[in-house]
Amino acid sequence: MALKASEIKQGQTFEQTLVEDLKRTQIVQYAGASGDYNPLHTDEIFTTKVAGYPSVFAHGMLTMGMTGKMVTDIVGGPDRLTKFGGRFTSQVWPGDDLKGVATIEEVRDEDGRKVVDITVSTKNQDGVEVFAGYATALVDE
Amino acid sequence: MAVERFPIEGGHIMMFARSVGDDNPVYYSGDDALAPPTFVQSSAQFDEDYFLRPKIGQPWFGSGKEPTGIKREPSSGGGGGGGGGGGGLHAEQHYEYHRPLKAGDVLTATTKPGKTWEKEGRRAGKLVFSESVVEYRDQNGELVVTARGVGVRTERPAKTE
Repeated sequence: MALKASEIKQGQTFEQTLVEDLKRTQIVQYAGASGDYNPLHTDEIFTTKVAGYPSVFAHGMLTMGMTGKMVTDIVGGPDRLTKFGGRFTSQVWPGDDLKGVATIEEVRDEDGRKVVDITVSTKNQDGVEVFAGYATALVDE
Repeated sequence: MAVERFPIEGGHIMMFARSVGDDNPVYYSGDDALAPPTFVQSSAQFDEDYFLRPKIGQPWFGSGKEPTGIKREPSSGGGGGGGGGGGGLHAEQHYEYHRPLKAGDVLTATTKPGKTWEKEGRRAGKLVFSESVVEYRDQNGELVVTARGVGVRTERPAKTE
């Protein structure tokens, strides 16, 4: 359902659990769907012995994709979005729990349409931010 | 990266939505499916030269008998809307949606290199950032999505404290 400008207010927040105990197989699944087969995400031996990381880790784009679910759930679908972006601020490892928080910043007019600006923050089980982003979406009057 | 033909297919959208844990029915309606917000990243599948995909008859740097199939340092990657390569990581990703993307669209993607800058990192030594902008256009030449990616190459592996 689309967001209504009259029903949201600045500072309002939404929370969503994005994943609990992230599995290596989900990372493999994302590699297969996205086409990014970088062994750093799926090949434990390469990643620990050659690249020098403690284990494989998730694609930043998997974290952004999971965060995107929260955003589209809030704004009423992918067809409402006009902007979505952010920075990958820390790595996401197998076993991590991720939670997203979205905060309504502003409802405004843009090119004759009503839009809402949202900030998004995805954190792991230790409260470390892994994705810091924003979205803009169309809202109904 | 240049992708000459990126057909937006319902089955591909379904697999992508599953992989990001999104059960929204709009992604599971086959020929009527809408694409998730980060879906254009999977244009990598249609980039012939995308180097983070094993290619038939070519060596691959992941493990087999040995921890790596190639002795030289893997080079940094771009493509697929920006993002990390063998020694590189994905630092930022930004999308602008000019209209909703849906099954049945056929896109082309063209990449323009952006800025490059350096920073001294706290966790990983010297960081070299490079930006690329990918324009995804539809079958009518209309701009559908603009994607700006920033990749970073680190001096040593980034450690989470």
